[in-house]
Amino acid sequence: MKTNDVILQTITSISAFIILAFGAYLFFAGHHDPGGGFIGGLVLASALVLLYLAFDMETVQQGIRIDYKILTGIGVGLSTLTGVGAMLLGFPFLTHTFEYVDFPFFGEIELATSVLFEVGVSLAVVGATMTIILSISEDA
Amino acid sequence: MNNLVILPLLIPLLTGVLLIFFRKQIRVQRYVTTVSLLLLTVVTIALIHQVSVEGTQTLNLGGWEPPYGIVLVADMFALLLVLATVIVTFCCVLYGFRTVGEEREKHYLYTFIHFMIVGIMGSFLTGDLFNLFVFFEVMLLSSYILISLGGEKGQLRESLKYVVINIVSSMLFLVAIGYLYAITGTLNFADLSVRIAETGQDGLITTVAIFLLLVFAIKAALLMFFWLPGAYVVPPMAISAMFAALLTKVGIYAIFRTFTLIFYHEAVITHELIGWLGVATMILGGIGAVAYWDLRRILAYNVIIAVGFIMIGLAVFTEVALAGSIYYLIHDMIVKALLFLLGGVMIGLTGTNQLREMSGMIRNHALLGWMFFLAAFALAGVPPLSGFIGKLLTLQGAIDEGFYVMAAVGLITSLMVLYSVMKIFMNGFWGENQLSVEDEKMSTKGLLFPCAILAILSVGLGVGVEWVNVYVLQAAEVLNNPQAYIDAVLQN
Repeated sequence: MKTNDVILQTITSISAFIILAFGAYLFFAGHHDPGGGFIGGLVLASALVLLYLAFDMETVQQGIRIDYKILTGIGVGLSTLTGVGAMLLGFPFLTHTFEYVDFPFFGEIELATSVLFEVGVSLAVVGATMTIILSISEDA
Repeated sequence: MNNLVILPLLIPLLTGVLLIFFRKQIRVQRYVTTVSLLLLTVVTIALIHQVSVEGTQTLNLGGWEPPYGIVLVADMFALLLVLATVIVTFCCVLYGFRTVGEEREKHYLYTFIHFMIVGIMGSFLTGDLFNLFVFFEVMLLSSYILISLGGEKGQLRESLKYVVINIVSSMLFLVAIGYLYAITGTLNFADLSVRIAETGQDGLITTVAIFLLLVFAIKAALLMFFWLPGAYVVPPMAISAMFAALLTKVGIYAIFRTFTLIFYHEAVITHELIGWLGVATMILGGIGAVAYWDLRRILAYNVIIAVGFIMIGLAVFTEVALAGSIYYLIHDMIVKALLFLLGGVMIGLTGTNQLREMSGMIRNHALLGWMFFLAAFALAGVPPLSGFIGKLLTLQGAIDEGFYVMAAVGLITSLMVLYSVMKIFMNGFWGENQLSVEDEKMSTKGLLFPCAILAILSVGLGVGVEWVNVYVLQAAEVLNNPQAYIDAVLQN
C-alpha cells in the first residue's frame, strides 16, 4: 500500500533548505565559533538524508546527480593538496596562512587557506555518510 | 625541516585517492600502482641516503615547533622498515595482479592497499603518540576491509573477530594515552622522554607503560596472538602475505620505539617482562607451527614465532642485541612475504591447503621448489642467508648479558621453525608426482617473478651484511641512545 506522505514531502522541501543553510553557517563559523568542516558536513548530509527519506531514491538521484564515492575522493584529495601547496611553496607540509581582504560590500574579511582544508573535510564527510546510508538502503 | 620526510606518506595517500576515480579501469589502476610504488622506493632510498649522511631528519607539520605541533621523525630504524615495507608491498601487488581477481580489484583493492601503506608509513615515521594511534587506525581500517573484501564466508567470520579484537585494543590504547597525558602533560615522543627522565619513572608511569605494552602486544601478536592464525588464513594470498610481512611489524616497531625512547628507566621490570612474553610467544608459536598440516596455518604460526624472537633483542637491550633485532625484523618482513607468496603458488597449483594432499611438485616446478627451500633455510637462519646474522647478534647479546633461557628457547624454536617449513618442503615437493601439468588449477606465469625479487633480496641481505651493517648500526645507535632522537626533534 502506498502511504500518503504529502505533509512530510512539503515540510521536507522547505526544511531541507533551512538545514542546508544551517550546515553552511556551521561550516563557515568554524574558525571562530563552534562548528567546522566535520559538523558542517554532517548537517549537510542530514539534509540529503531527509530528502531520501521523504522522496524515493530515484527522484532524489534525478535531482542530485552526484556519485558520493567520487565526492569522498575529491574531498580527501583537496585536503591533502592544501598541504602539498604549502610544500611546493617551500614551507613545511600543511602550513596554512591567512589574509585580511577588503571586499566592496562586506567589508574586511579574513580569508584562510585552512578553509580549503575544511572544504575537503566536509566533502569527505558528506560523501562517506551518504555512501554508507545509500549502500545499506540499496539492497533492502 | 625537510619536506622529503612526508613523501612516504603522501605518495600512497594521493595515489589511493587518485585510484578512486578509476574504479573500473583495472589496467590504469595497475599501472598507477606500480609507478607509485617505484616512485616510493626511489624516495625512500634517497631519504635513507640523506639520513645516513646528515643524521635524523624531522619535519614539523604546519611549521609548528615540537612539542606543540606534530612532528615526523625519519631516523634510520624507521626508514629501514619503510624501505622493507615498500619492497614487500611492491612484490605482493605484482603477485596480486595475477591472483586476486577482477571482482576484488574493481572494489577499490588498490586504493585500500595504498591507504594501508599510508597507515604503516605514518606509524613508522610519526613522533607523537596520539598521531601513532591515528595511523594505527588508518592501517587497521584498511586491513579490516582487505580481510573482508570478497565477502566469502570464512572471511566474514574471521574479519568479525579481527575487528572486535582490534577495536578493543584501540580503545585500550586511547585510554593509555589518556593516562599518560594526565601524568606528563605531553604526547610528543621526545618531550615525553625528557619529562619522564626528569621526574623519574615511578610506579604509575611503569603501569601505564605495561598498559601500552599490552595494547601493542595485541597488535604485534606478542602472546596475545589468538586472532592471528584465523585472520591470516582467509584473505587472498597476496593480501595475507602483506599482512604477515607488515601488520605485526608495526606493533613490534611501536614496542621498540616506546620502550627504547620513553620507558627505558625500569628495564628490570618492563624489558624482562617483554622478554618473557617473547619466550612464551616463541614456545606457543612453535607448538602451533609443528602441530598443523595446513600450509597456511603453519606459515601463520611462523609469523608468531618471529615476533617472539625479535623481542629478545629488546629484553637484552644492548646495542649488539638491538642491531640483531633490527636485522631480524627486516629479514623477517622480506622472508615472510616470500614464504606466503610461494605457499600461495603451491596452494594455487594443487587447490588445497593440506600438506598430506600434495607431493612431488619439484618435477614440474623446480624453480618454485628451490626458492621455497631457500626461503625455508633463510627463515631458520642458515648462515649465508639473511636470517643468520640477526639471530647470531641477538643470541650473542643474550648470552653476553646472561639471558641464557631466552637464548636457549630462541635456538630451540629455530629448530621448530626449520622442521615446520621443511615439512612443507618435503611433503609438497618430494615424493610421487600426483599432479600432471594439465591437472594444475592455475599457471605460475608471472607469479615467480615477484618471489624471485624477494628471494634475491633475502640472499643479498645475508651475503651483503657488510654493506647493510652501516645502516643497521646507525639504527641501533639511535635506539640505544634516546638523547640523539631527542636532540634531533627538539633542537630544530
